[in-house]
Amino acid sequence: MSTKNWPLWEVFVRSKNGLEHRHCGSLHAADEDMALENARDVYTRRSEGVSIWVVESKHITASNPENNGEMFEPAQDKVYRHPTFYDLPDEVKHM
Amino acid sequence: MSEEQIKSLEKQFEARIARDEKIEPKDWMPEKYRKTHIRQMSQHAHSEIVGMLPEGNWITRAPSLRRKVALLAKVQDEAGHGLYLYSATETLGISREEMYEQLHTGKAKYSSIFNYPTITWADMGAIGWLVDGAAIINQVPLCNTSYGPYARAMIRVCKEESFHQRQGYEIMIKLANGTPEQKEMAQDALNRWWWPSLMMLGPTDDVSVHTAQSMKWKLKRKSNDDLRQQFIDQTVPQAELIGLTIPDPDLKWNEERKSYDFGAIDWDEFWQVVKGHGPCNKERMKARVDAWEEGEWIRDAAMAHAEKKQERKEKQAV
Repeated sequence: MSTKNWPLWEVFVRSKNGLEHRHCGSLHAADEDMALENARDVYTRRSEGVSIWVVESKHITASNPENNGEMFEPAQDKVYRHPTFYDLPDEVKHM
Repeated sequence: MSEEQIKSLEKQFEARIARDEKIEPKDWMPEKYRKTHIRQMSQHAHSEIVGMLPEGNWITRAPSLRRKVALLAKVQDEAGHGLYLYSATETLGISREEMYEQLHTGKAKYSSIFNYPTITWADMGAIGWLVDGAAIINQVPLCNTSYGPYARAMIRVCKEESFHQRQGYEIMIKLANGTPEQKEMAQDALNRWWWPSLMMLGPTDDVSVHTAQSMKWKLKRKSNDDLRQQFIDQTVPQAELIGLTIPDPDLKWNEERKSYDFGAIDWDEFWQVVKGHGPCNKERMKARVDAWEEGEWIRDAAMAHAEKKQERKEKQAV
């Protein structure tokens, strides 16, 4: 058995210029060069991308779903952040 | 956590699934949900990987360049599908190495269809047409399964799989319209792959142990028997169209059910193959274990190289 296993990498692909990179999965690779090459073969066999980011999974800090309440609920009662909160007469145009 | 707390969490969890909400890796989930998903998803991944072996057998002997590039691309896809599924399974907290270990020691299963040999070129046609056809029927409902990473992997897999079936059927069309020997070869492949393909859709509903729970978690949306009927109903006309005969004397259109009645499946054969006594179980496992063990030095070398490069970078930075 090998003593050290290849680390896990997360793969992000930009499908075409003008769009953002999107997470599409993960893979194992010994280093960043291999991660990029593997990402090309695993995730873009059918021209799914024009640009790839790889980042070692351990570098990602994720929010904990258990804290979703304090994390995201405060935004729910702030309806005044949305344009529909404001009452305007129907005659007003272009606003 | 107290038993009561777990009960309440489980209730919330089941309600989320019932509302068609997706479960993501860091969400709380019942242990049984995690275990069942690890089992099914890793077996699915193993099937993709072992599934490369029967077809890999014919890459060097494909009859034309067109057939060769297609088969090569298909086998490469199976590798990709295995990798999507392994990484999706890893999000449940099992490592890639543990999964390999389970496969290599026989603790984890893979689809038993891959324990049959591929003895003629027509088998490439029959596999694409029938085996991938049955796989698609199994997999399409999984695009809506409750576990997010699995559903996303399945969407990619299903998108790519449809070329697999078409390339197989095209091989069959060509052979069925060829010389009498070629047609016979196609018929022979259909004869050998038909019943194992029906078995691929799983044991009958009355003996299937996982169905009820899996339905609830949307790991399964139709029962094995329904999927099998769907497969038969769609495949029989495809065989007729190219002048091949389904090897089942009891196969008959049932006007009332608007479906085909079919003969008894030899489940003894199925369980024999599952238990390891199929024609190629040992050969398949040996090929996997050899690939893993003989690749160890190169995995280690790549890791050593990566570490050396990193050290050099750090030294330069000082």
